[in-house]
Amino acid sequence: MTASDISQELAARVGDAANAGTPLTIRGAGSKLFYGRRADGETLDLAPHAGIVNYEPTELVLTARAGTPLADLDQALAAEGQRMPFDPPRFQGAGTLGGAIATGLSGPGRPWSGAARDLVLGMRLINGRGEHMRFGGEVMKNVAGYDVSRLMAGALGTLGVLTEISMKVLPRPDEEICLSLDITPTEGFQQTDQWFRGGMPITGSAHDGERLFLRLSGTASSLKAAEQAIGGERLADVAGWWDALRDHEHDFFAQGDQPLWRISLPPLTDASRIDGPRFYDWNGQQLWLRGNRDTSTLQQIAGELGGHAMCFRGGDRSADVFQPPASPVLELHRRLKQAFDPAGVLNPGRLYADL
Amino acid sequence: MATVYRQEDCAFATDRDALIEGLREALDDDNLLIDDEAMRPYECDGLSAYRQMPLVVALPSSVEEVQAVLRLCSRLHVPVVARGSGTSLSAGSLPHPQGVLLSLSRFNQILSVDDRRRIAKVQPGVRNLAISEAAAPFGLYYAPDPSSQITCSIGGNVAENAGGVHCLKYGLTVHNVLSVTMLTMDGDLVTLGGESLDSPGYDLMAAITGSEGMLGVIVDVTVKLLPQPPAKEVLLAGFADVETAGNAVAGIIAAGIIPGGLEMMDNPAIRAAEDFVHAGYPVDAAAILICELDGNPDELRDQLEKLCTLLEELGSNDIRVAQTPAEQASFWAGRKAAFPAVGRISPDYYCIDGTIPRKRLAEVLRRMQELSDQYGQRVVNVFHAGDGNLHPLVLYDGNVPGEFERTEELGGKILELCVEVGGTVTGEHGVGMEKINQMCVQFPPAEIEQFHALKAAFDRHGLLNPGKAIPTLSRCAEFGAMHVHHGQLPHPDIPRF
Repeated sequence: MTASDISQELAARVGDAANAGTPLTIRGAGSKLFYGRRADGETLDLAPHAGIVNYEPTELVLTARAGTPLADLDQALAAEGQRMPFDPPRFQGAGTLGGAIATGLSGPGRPWSGAARDLVLGMRLINGRGEHMRFGGEVMKNVAGYDVSRLMAGALGTLGVLTEISMKVLPRPDEEICLSLDITPTEGFQQTDQWFRGGMPITGSAHDGERLFLRLSGTASSLKAAEQAIGGERLADVAGWWDALRDHEHDFFAQGDQPLWRISLPPLTDASRIDGPRFYDWNGQQLWLRGNRDTSTLQQIAGELGGHAMCFRGGDRSADVFQPPASPVLELHRRLKQAFDPAGVLNPGRLYADL
Repeated sequence: MATVYRQEDCAFATDRDALIEGLREALDDDNLLIDDEAMRPYECDGLSAYRQMPLVVALPSSVEEVQAVLRLCSRLHVPVVARGSGTSLSAGSLPHPQGVLLSLSRFNQILSVDDRRRIAKVQPGVRNLAISEAAAPFGLYYAPDPSSQITCSIGGNVAENAGGVHCLKYGLTVHNVLSVTMLTMDGDLVTLGGESLDSPGYDLMAAITGSEGMLGVIVDVTVKLLPQPPAKEVLLAGFADVETAGNAVAGIIAAGIIPGGLEMMDNPAIRAAEDFVHAGYPVDAAAILICELDGNPDELRDQLEKLCTLLEELGSNDIRVAQTPAEQASFWAGRKAAFPAVGRISPDYYCIDGTIPRKRLAEVLRRMQELSDQYGQRVVNVFHAGDGNLHPLVLYDGNVPGEFERTEELGGKILELCVEVGGTVTGEHGVGMEKINQMCVQFPPAEIEQFHALKAAFDRHGLLNPGKAIPTLSRCAEFGAMHVHHGQLPHPDIPRF
């Protein structure tokens, strides 16, 4: 594992860029460069800024530099019987902690175990003036000052260059099983929520258009009882199937080069008015679609259903890919950008055209 | 009495007559208080040592009225302090001497409980416990449970990112609120977050939650509801010394068990609670842990067996598993009554709210005892052990001249100790007015200026709750706790006193 602290150099480069008005594009492993709008600028490479700074299994806290590969974290955590509960995707097996938090993407466990932003406890970041700062900390409860660390999750580096992240980690479950059932998405998700309400240890619920796949995590006896109640077929390679979903390696995601769309929905929403091939995750709250579609039509439908839509991968990356917020909220975005990056040098345009 | 607002916090030139005239147009007749007698109940919140009369109290009963008040105050450049139930323990809703105290207490309606989707939409003045009561017929509840949950309002919970005794497993307010509608100081109505699991753009819910009424005025809140756990077990473990108890907490978590609740009390707290509610606590134990496990019955059986063996290995000499729901309730009763119990043994007490890495607990307790001896004020400890959140209660008598000031200073030292060991000055009560000086210890000037810039993005003229949560750099300079970096004082242009 490479481990070095280059934060001073990084801060100096951001400061210089701000003075010169030179846009920077922030890059970790480059595994999620496809995500967001196209942003042009000089590359600010975070990959060398790597290494675990502090890991205290009994405190349930891990602090690592932003360039630390997710694979290294998975390995270090597994050695202590722990894990990152938000299942961050590792596209092509790559990805860094900084990229995971900056994109705010969460894997299949999200509805039950929390999102990237939920697990963030604190961070160090470089604002657009080149000031290296620390917010939050390494403790579970901390309400001193505004929650700047969580605000950074999903901001795509447009408010700050994340350099070091402290996150809550959790024990790995004793065992996991995967059950597959022949049931429609609508019925399957409703049934799954009932099972969850009955105390079943559900930590994943996806539907590939054919079958419902459930992940259950817990002690041997609770899994046995859950399997008896739920039924279905047991899948042998539990980790394989769910990792492939987490990392978008199932055929649905891997095949072809058509755009991939993501729709985020309220619980138990009937999304049948959206047509075409699909893959559901998050018990139906995350819907994946393939194919060429009209962005504004899809965003309008998603909005009417109480959610939002984005072009996740492919398509026209110079147009808006994320659903624009209502205008007074967008105005707050502009003012926040101004507050953190007045020169507009951090990943300009990656999130929205004028941020 | 503590001197609270600084001169720089009170640089508003409010014309009270013009303000009242405008508010009479903006509000129904019954929704405005201007007499001292009527306003008196609003002069303090849960931290009653800090008192300040507002210029007026507005009690709007519609969003339109709140909007009109904010627009008026923006136009006249008048400060606004929003208040829910007024249970803040950090003087977060202490009125401003030149401003409007904006009470949201009339926004007390539960707008909807959606059983199927496990979501409730409520007005900000709704009490925390009322949400769980409304959800109970569906087998659901709202997870964060601050000790004031009978009284405290959900709007205040969002403003403070309130916690409770079940945070380690179920999270804080920030993890359980999906969306808010709020008014900006300009009077713009904005919806942040949504009913889906994420929203496009910046995570403004993260910015708002815990922002202490500095960024906007919340007019409705949408929360996530959780299924009531099908089963729970409560056990009590006694320890002969505090350090062993502290290590046992780490040991439980290292074994992969995440309890629904994990609380610790030291001997003075155990004795006070036992005298008060007769919970059956071992009064000669140096410390006890109260541990609640919840989940499905099969999982619980496995965990309970593992936990009992583990606690024995970790040095507990007294392990009792509650056999009946009544016994479970009595194990909790002592902990929940700890504050009033301490109130019986001392004329006054001052509750502190630091968080520390758990592994530093024994050291922090020892050094707190030293501080307690040094200041001559007794300290009783209750502790959300699972998440490292300490609530030392400093005992004092407000009628003895100088005792409150000594207590306040001791409290400040304890918070600085929390920061020194890698923790924070506030785990769940907020900074408010109370801990504003200690913010200068926790944050260097660049961070403090960044906080001010964030606030200005929402509230350009600094009219919402001025003087709280984030100190001015001149306050920090005067407090004398500025970070000195490489031997150079930051911001040499700022005058020193």
